[in-house]
Amino acid sequence: MPEAASALVAAPSAPPGPWREFWQSLSRSRGAMIGLGLVAALILIAIFADFVAPHPPNEQYRESFLTPPAWDKDGSMRFILGTDPVGRDILSRLIFGTRLSLMIGLISVAISLGLGVVLGLLAGYFRGLTETVIMRLMDVMLALPSLLLAIAVVAILGPGLANAMYAIAIVLLPHYVRLTRAAVIGEAGKEYVASSRIAGAGTMRLMFNTILPNCTAPLIVQATLGFSTAILDAAALGFLGLGAQPPTPEWGSMLASALEFIQRAPWVVTFPGLAILITVLAFNLMGDGLRDALDPRLKR
Amino acid sequence: MFAFILRRVALIVPTFFGVTLLAFALIRLIPGDPVENLSGERGMDPERRLRLLHQFGLDKPLYVQYFEYIGNVLRGDLGTSLTTHEPVLTEFLTLFPATFELALFALVFAVCLGLPAGILAAIKRNTVADYAVMGVSLTGYSMPIFWWALLLILLFSVQLGWTPVSGRISVQYDVAATTGFMLIDTLRSGDPGAFRSALSHLILPTIALGTIPLAVIARMTRSSMLEVLREDYVRTARAKGLPRLQVVLIHALRNALIPVITVIGLQVGLLLSGAILTETIFSWPGIGNWLIHGVQSRDYPVVQGGILLIAAIVISVNLIVDLLYGVINPRIRHA
Repeated sequence: MPEAASALVAAPSAPPGPWREFWQSLSRSRGAMIGLGLVAALILIAIFADFVAPHPPNEQYRESFLTPPAWDKDGSMRFILGTDPVGRDILSRLIFGTRLSLMIGLISVAISLGLGVVLGLLAGYFRGLTETVIMRLMDVMLALPSLLLAIAVVAILGPGLANAMYAIAIVLLPHYVRLTRAAVIGEAGKEYVASSRIAGAGTMRLMFNTILPNCTAPLIVQATLGFSTAILDAAALGFLGLGAQPPTPEWGSMLASALEFIQRAPWVVTFPGLAILITVLAFNLMGDGLRDALDPRLKR
Repeated sequence: MFAFILRRVALIVPTFFGVTLLAFALIRLIPGDPVENLSGERGMDPERRLRLLHQFGLDKPLYVQYFEYIGNVLRGDLGTSLTTHEPVLTEFLTLFPATFELALFALVFAVCLGLPAGILAAIKRNTVADYAVMGVSLTGYSMPIFWWALLLILLFSVQLGWTPVSGRISVQYDVAATTGFMLIDTLRSGDPGAFRSALSHLILPTIALGTIPLAVIARMTRSSMLEVLREDYVRTARAKGLPRLQVVLIHALRNALIPVITVIGLQVGLLLSGAILTETIFSWPGIGNWLIHGVQSRDYPVVQGGILLIAAIVISVNLIVDLLYGVINPRIRHA
């Protein structure tokens, strides 16, 4: 009888698979869907920048310095968001800047996630001295405000886009190490790990194949939010003249190079900042949505 | 309680030494040795270089150099600036009150607006008020503050002419810097015009620097409040017939505040990071501005000393927050 009853209950709808369940819970959040849509649009813009941008990013149109945006009475449809002090099309520079910003996010998050997962696994799996050394080092890094640590790294390596990415990767690192370590410690004592060990799995297999896949949820959330931190910090470094150097169309340095024209031509400052805000907001919305969808404690 | 304090203090000693190691390594990791960097582009003959290396003690083994460095740090000697030839510690202490004044105002601004906004969003959950607070705070949280500061200047200083563009006080006032806190100094000078000028110079930097902490505090207050409002004791208090406002502000808020206080403590690092950008834009004569000039002019003693001192501040504040947390929540103390 109980078998028949359970068959009756199970028959109408099979339990949703993990992907479907995840998607259902993600798509319930309007913010997450807006974020996801924006991120998808930004990725498309970045990939097809060469086709979308009306002008080359560094082409100087000497007859049109500081042309206002198209809706201004002095503007023209040729330069929809206007031109900068040396006659470059702002919209095109913003479009190519999208490519740069997403690259910065991708590379710095990839470096710090990769390194952070390995260090976190080592600390959580071996414990003891290994753990103490790694975690104390992370404490030192966390004692410095993020932008200050990035500035310190840039002071050592020298200004530039690549060094800014390394600096940001270092700034983000402690978060991944801490998350991975905490998740590994939580998982390592569970029975499936013990049974895998008894079955003869080696240390590497236990760490990367058995334990790591069960720690991915918080890492995915942190990596998404890491994108927004990376883009924001890279723009701040660019603004301070320590990140991407002119004439690279990086949003922060675009803003900085137009500062003296802020009163005469506010658009040269407004649009790059707006681009940063929208991109960071998109990743934060998506990260928040992912956290709600992936965190089992919040599921009700 | 005493054992708890001792344990926490003991925990920060290795962190602090780690920071000194980092600050020490900073100068040695820079390509080229410090003496060559000192000479700039022109280069230097090898004999003079060796003499200078010896003079600065840079020819000794690294561990000896480190211990000498630690000794100097503990005696309060952080070296002299290469550009102004002033001791780094003196420069820091002269400029720090300006940053402290700004950061304090920003934090007060963030708490005074963030707490009520978060409480409002929690008790009006899923209403327009909630969405508005959450939307604004997510935007604030994502804000590039250097751009936000520029927008504020464009609107309030350039368009409306309500606030000054930069600096701490108008040049017409000459106030003796006795405490270094402009508001206190101008109050003591007895000139109400000077005080008003100092206050108006504070408004925009406060908003620019306080925006991200404001957003963080509002979000944290909301989620912490929502969690507490679900508790049984809150329902009991409501069932007893107590007014809703009393239950929210007295019963729920006290428990909801515990995580919020931690978050407020954590804002110190954020405020100091933000101060670097805010001070650059508003030409605010604080340590953020000083540090950026140090990096740009390759004034390594300034960068090294500045990083060490700021890290020391952050570590101490975190310790204080930790201890306060233990006072508020006894469960932490005995964990």
